[in-house]
Amino acid sequence: MTAVTLNVNGKRYSADVEDRTLLVQFIRETAGLTGTHVGCDTSQCGACVVLLDDVAVKSCTMLAAQANGGSVTTIEGLARGDQLHPVQAAFREHHGLQCGFCTPGMIMSAVDMIRRHPEGLDEATIRHELEGNICRCTGYHNIVKAIQSAADEMSALPAAAE
Amino acid sequence: MGIEGIGARVVRKEDRRFITGKGRYTDDIVLKDTTYAAFVRSPHAHARILSIDTTAAKAAPGVIDVLTGADLAGDRIGGLICGWMIHSKDGSPMKAGAHPAIAHEIVRHVGDQVAVVIAETKAQARDAAELVEIDYEVLTAVVDPAKAQDADAPQIHPEAAGNLIYDWHIGDAAATDAALAAAARTIKLDIVNNRLVPNPIEPRVAIGSYDEAEEHFTLYNTSQNPHVARLVLSAFVGIAPEHKLRVVAPDVGGGFGSKIFIYPEETVCLWASKKIGGRPVKWTSDRTEAFLTDCHGRDHVTRAEMAFDADNRITGFKVHTIANLGAYMSTFSSSVPTYLYATLLSGQYAIPAIYAEVEAVYTNTVPVDAYRGAGRPEATYLIERMMETAARELGVDPADLRRKNFVKSFPHQTPVIMCYDAGDYEATLDKALAAIDYAGLPARKAASLAKGKRRGLGFSCYIEACGIAPSQAVGSLGAGVGLWESAEVRVNPVGTIEVLTGSHSHGQGHETTFAQLVNDRLGIGVNNVQIVHGDTDKVQFGMGTYGSRSGAVGMSAIVKALDKVEAKAKKIAAHLMEASEADIVIEGGEVKVAGTDKTMAFAHVALAAYTGHNLPAGMEPGLKESAFYDPTNFTFPSGTYICEVEVDPDTGVVEIERFVAVDDFGNVINPMIVEGQVHGGLAQGIGQALLEGVTYDMESGQLLTGSFMDYTMPRADDLPSFEVSTTVTVCPGNPLGMKGCGEAGAIGSPPAVINAITDAIGVRDIAMPATPSKVWAALHGAA
Ligand code: FES
Ligand code: FES
Repeated sequence: MTAVTLNVNGKRYSADVEDRTLLVQFIRETAGLTGTHVGCDTSQCGACVVLLDDVAVKSCTMLAAQANGGSVTTIEGLARGDQLHPVQAAFREHHGLQCGFCTPGMIMSAVDMIRRHPEGLDEATIRHELEGNICRCTGYHNIVKAIQSAADEMSALPAAAE
Repeated sequence: MGIEGIGARVVRKEDRRFITGKGRYTDDIVLKDTTYAAFVRSPHAHARILSIDTTAAKAAPGVIDVLTGADLAGDRIGGLICGWMIHSKDGSPMKAGAHPAIAHEIVRHVGDQVAVVIAETKAQARDAAELVEIDYEVLTAVVDPAKAQDADAPQIHPEAAGNLIYDWHIGDAAATDAALAAAARTIKLDIVNNRLVPNPIEPRVAIGSYDEAEEHFTLYNTSQNPHVARLVLSAFVGIAPEHKLRVVAPDVGGGFGSKIFIYPEETVCLWASKKIGGRPVKWTSDRTEAFLTDCHGRDHVTRAEMAFDADNRITGFKVHTIANLGAYMSTFSSSVPTYLYATLLSGQYAIPAIYAEVEAVYTNTVPVDAYRGAGRPEATYLIERMMETAARELGVDPADLRRKNFVKSFPHQTPVIMCYDAGDYEATLDKALAAIDYAGLPARKAASLAKGKRRGLGFSCYIEACGIAPSQAVGSLGAGVGLWESAEVRVNPVGTIEVLTGSHSHGQGHETTFAQLVNDRLGIGVNNVQIVHGDTDKVQFGMGTYGSRSGAVGMSAIVKALDKVEAKAKKIAAHLMEASEADIVIEGGEVKVAGTDKTMAFAHVALAAYTGHNLPAGMEPGLKESAFYDPTNFTFPSGTYICEVEVDPDTGVVEIERFVAVDDFGNVINPMIVEGQVHGGLAQGIGQALLEGVTYDMESGQLLTGSFMDYTMPRADDLPSFEVSTTVTVCPGNPLGMKGCGEAGAIGSPPAVINAITDAIGVRDIAMPATPSKVWAALHGAA
């Protein structure tokens, strides 16, 4: 067993977990935050993406112990109260989700992508950057539009983005 | 209509919970005292189970029980069934083998379940599953449907001699042979429709929970049709009678057909929960298990011949197909290569004579059943590859050849059961030709060539059949269920509304579109309407969502219930406002007397219905109505898809430059959602054409494409932005004039892509998926 302490969405969670416990299991089972999903077992689909110390990681591909002491943001921690994050709002506005299962990972990846590209994003870059996230429903068309729109909005309003 | 009515691009009501991580999927549910199931699965494609030793597993930490097929048989739990009876040419019923929920004596595909471990934690269950010792006698396996009937092929089920499940036919053999004999030209084509894995991103989950005091079971599962699951688990598997079994399918993360079927794990979790004394038993599939157990799709091997007269009119079409149904017959598998496939072989064309024979076979592979499109993509791929090939070999323009042969007057009775009710195939073709700038193609081809690339364009003029119906007709063709839908509209005393529907949303946005329909009728705003689905305790019965039926069938049931609600509300309002019922109109949330300024809020009428203080004489209080709707015919969406590709001859890489989709879905409730459905379908169809395909080792029957590392799912940079638009011919068969849009993209797109590639590189055929290595080999003659 390993003692793991994580700050998830601003709240502290401490637990003794089996050594093999994945970060995603800690988030879903210990912290009880089920917005982060598991869609595969080979680190391919990106349904599990969260931010660890502000950087996107696949939480199925990391042990909880490796993240010990870190600060995690999950999909549940993105909005400020009723105020949706611009990426969340854009996914809704542009119909960037259907079943919603890939959506948390898509949104967290998009937040990270926009952060890493302060110069802005074009369609080809968005499509390329999404290579770690699989969506079976949308054909990506509206996901790309949503990310583009959020990126444009956030670069126009840098203060509102954080 | 209005901003939240029919035809409006209303942003989805359900999105808020999904984008904030508050969706509630089955795996998010943890009941008190939950135990976890892990299945021991066969590593062999075909083997005899000689012995199972569970001693070590039972002694492992946290293990509650280890159960096998013998335990299941001992408890007289029934096997899974195929719910559509097909008869062979000779009149004999299909030869279905047994399908126990845990294999007993014989395993028939890699992944077949052999035992289940129930433990306190998921990790303990998995650890203990490794300790179950099984002795197998490995048998020869067959995975290729074309070899399943060979003399040296192993016999998979004793019931089906030579692995032949049925040998079915449709159409007029003599007339078709005569047309071929008299033809000016005949075109022959051998086509393989590749095997696919549906892969919704949410894996399947089942939680079985038994309440000993009530002798009542609850199943939470990832289902597209919870009522059908309850029916099968009650009537055939024998878990419990329907009133003692509740099935709940909460938020479901995509289905594409694969979550229609009743799977073994559901039976096992329910049965095991009772067996261990009532603690809930939860099983969550991982992706590897999904590849090994979710029903696959397609897998046809076809030989076809089309006859043309001297004027290039089609005079006959003859088809022979072998369909692989895998190791067991899944819930609706028998209907897919028959009534969902061969009945569409006329395509958009007037063909006087058609004859199709279909042999369905068992193989040692994962069961095959409906996957987005189900039969219609196979028919479309065959016809549209045939039309393109014919145009090239007859030396005519592929658009012209299609146009010449289009059905132009409706209704049109085809020789293969279907009667097309409405359509305008030239309108979609013309719109697509204009969108792609067909006239500019030669110049674009020349420009590509100048860069050392090869450009090609491919058409697909598809037709499909949605809203499978009517019940009496499908019953006469062998369906074990009716194909109607139910709805209940409950007006609350404050005037808000719950709609209980037998349809089930797993991404389609019913909570929004169904609310738009109610708002269109009553004008109370979509936020005053709640759509309830997916729980057999709430919704009395329903057939679920598949086959693009929820608009044309599910919403039509809501229309019928709304008709009744309106009629009663009008009676009450007429009574309250002392007006004639015929003068009452409902609009904008108000109930008005036409031609006067008398009006009252709809909510006021609702309240009056529930106080019962002042109702017309003899009227029952309350305002709640239900309806069952059974369609009179299928609906027939159609469209033209054009794909333009550029191929790099040095690498074989295919770049989709443009993809134009023009669909006729009849009337549309929410264009934003409809476009989204098309986008998703196109991605799956383009995936089939370029990327996806199941590979089995032919000798051992091992699944070689068993993960996202080996099976290529379409990703964002594999796909272009799509150019989608619609034309409208109203469907005369249902009150909303809708046709269905859920599958068109997956049905229409594969032939457009392959026609474009074969045009670009100048070959007759290329097998799907047209990977760079296959394209390169085709170009360089190194097949
Ligand atoms: S669940 Fe983490 S990548 Fe698929
Ligand atoms: S919305 Fe269903 S997988 Fe992306």
